[in-house]
This record gives sequence, C-alpha cells and structure tokens, in this order.
Amino acid sequence: MAAEVGGDSGAPKKGKKSGKAHKPKKRPRIDMTPMVDLGFLLLTFFVLTTTMSTPNTMPVVVPPKITEKDDVEPPKISERKVITLLVSRGKIYYYTGIEKPDLQVTDFSPKTGIRKVLLDRRAEVEANYGKDEMIVIIKMMADAQYRDFVDILDEMAVINQKKYALVDITPEEEELVSEYQKVVEKSS
Amino acid sequence: MAKFKAKKHNIAIDMTPMVDLAFLLITFFMLTVKFRAPESLEVQVPSSIADTPLPAQDIMVISVAPDASGKWGRVFFGVDSKHTRLSILEKIQEKYGYVFDEREKKLFSVLPEIGVPFEQLKAYLNLSETERKAFDKTASIPIDSTNNQLGQWILFARYSNPKIRIAVRSDEKTPYPVIARIIETLKDQKVHRFNLITTLEAQPKS
Repeated sequence: MAAEVGGDSGAPKKGKKSGKAHKPKKRPRIDMTPMVDLGFLLLTFFVLTTTMSTPNTMPVVVPPKITEKDDVEPPKISERKVITLLVSRGKIYYYTGIEKPDLQVTDFSPKTGIRKVLLDRRAEVEANYGKDEMIVIIKMMADAQYRDFVDILDEMAVINQKKYALVDITPEEEELVSEYQKVVEKSS
Repeated sequence: MAKFKAKKHNIAIDMTPMVDLAFLLITFFMLTVKFRAPESLEVQVPSSIADTPLPAQDIMVISVAPDASGKWGRVFFGVDSKHTRLSILEKIQEKYGYVFDEREKKLFSVLPEIGVPFEQLKAYLNLSETERKAFDKTASIPIDSTNNQLGQWILFARYSNPKIRIAVRSDEKTPYPVIARIIETLKDQKVHRFNLITTLEAQPKS
C-alpha cells in the first residue's frame, strides 16, 4: 500500500484521497502500551509480595539452667528494683518487691495497660536508683497462651526494657492469684 | 526533509512479545506466591513489632500448634537444606538402628517438615502422599520429659550443621506449658538464644 501512495506522490491531493478510500481495508492496530504498563505493574507487585512475605523473627535469650553441681548461686537482686509480672491469658497480675506482695491486675491494652504500669514503675525506680536499674521478672502462668508470651516480650521491646528474666512461677504465687480471683468474685 | 518527517511519524514498536513476556512472568510469580510454603502444620503466628527477617539458610524451625484437645500441642521439625536432612537421617540410623533404603532417604530429603516419632518414621515414609497428609493432621514429635525426641532432633541437626540457628514457629493459641516444655528442651541442649517467628505489626508511637 505504501508503494501505491509513493507512486502517487506526484499528485499529493490525489494520493490523500486514495489513502482515505483504502482506510477500511487497513489492518486494525491496537496500541499495546497500556497493556504493557498494566502487565509490568502487576509483575512488580508480585515480585515485591514474594520477597516481603518472608517472616520476621523476635530474638529470645533465656537464662541457663542452674543445677546443683554447677555450684553457682542465682544472681541476687534488690527487691526495691523489681516488678514481677504473672502473665495469664490476656491478663497480667503484677506486684512490686518480693515480700508482702500486693497483687494488682492489668491487661495488654495500649494506653492504660501493662505499658503504663511498667513505665510508672521505671520512673519510680529511676528516681531512687538511677537509669536502667529496673528489673522485670516475667512468670508465665499455665493458662497463658503463646500469644501472651510474645505480647509481653513485645512490651519489653516497645519500652526498651533490657533487664528482664523469664522465671518459672512458684506455687505461692499461684496461690496468690487464685486468692485474688476469689476476692474479685466476691466483690462483684 | 519530507521523507524524514514521514519516518518520525511512523515509529511503532510491536509490543506483543513484550506483553507475552510480562504476562508469562506474572503467571510465574502468581503461582510461586501461592505455593511457596507447603507447610505440614498449619500455624497462625502472632504479630509483634520485631522486624528482623528470618534468615533463609542454616535454620531449623520447630513448629508448634495446639492439638485437638486444645490443652497440649503438636510439634513438627524442619531444616532448610536437603544435605542437612540426609545427614540427620543418617544419625537416626546410627542411633536407633533403623535402616532406610534409597527411596525412603530421597523422600525424607524433600519433606520440609516432619512430625512423627522415630519409631514410626519408616512406616510414615512408606505412606502415599494423601495418607501422609492425613497422618500429619494428628501426628507430633514426642516432647514429654520421659521421651523427649525433640531434643534428639535438635542434637542431630546441630551435629549435621554446626552453624544452624533455631526458630520457633508457634500458633498464637498454643497453651503456654507446651512452649515452656520446648524452651526447657532447648535449655537442656544448651541453647539459650533462639528466635520466635512472628508477623510484622506497626510499632506504637511514643
């Protein structure tokens, strides 16, 4: 067709006219550019989602077991710097110090929950003993779930609390919690 | 000059092969995204603010999910490389005296996660794929204090690959005593540093 047009170039007007007349015969051409755009957009999306779906990890360090033959005493800490958390399912019982524990309860809610308790206690310890002196003792209760465990470790990361320890719960503390629950049931 | 202008107007590249290629790649990525993780144990991991990605190599994953009763858990074990898996299987042969043939070894080396007691391993490898899937729905590696085979798995894996790191991938509803048991097992193996696999959640402000 181009050859035809070229051949008519001597009379341009005529050539144009003949071009118009031939138009319906021309093969329809689809502009593929938007399709390519879309294609590569989707491609980018899938490439990114594949790499982003790698799971994340949270590091945990646990204290080594102390057996009798090790001949080492567990480190001693001042009760004035300590807060003990007894983590139950979605609930945290906590007390400060070691002797005559006054048990209180809180939860994981972001503003009023355990974070506030920890920050208040930290301010208190800091005022008396200086920075980074607070020690958090975490004791998981039997009815807790894995989610609670991750949540409490997360709280440590959020408030940037470096000194914390994961310790087994004692029967006395379990007793304390069940007594507390009884009192709450009576009063309600 | 007139010729030049005419040429400039007519530049049109045939995009068809490009489109073909793009859609081929899309199809490839769509499929790989869907089938990337064929894990035997279905686990809903909890979210946390931790943002360190899980290393792809030299890693063993201990998967935990609550069992049917919801009171105790089921435990699966997986390592990343074929080589380590084969080496673990050899250690099992040595220690327990089971003999695995080539076919069983080959199958073991491609299974990403295993959750059967050592005694049933040979029988498990001889099941068909659908039977294995059905078996995986109730099976678990024993972690009781009297018969703690998870400890053995960890020991074998660390012998096979000394650089290996440990990650725990647990369902958020797993009862804590199971987790405590696993941490205890790790402590017994002198592992005091490990990772918990989580999904990312936005860090709260202030």
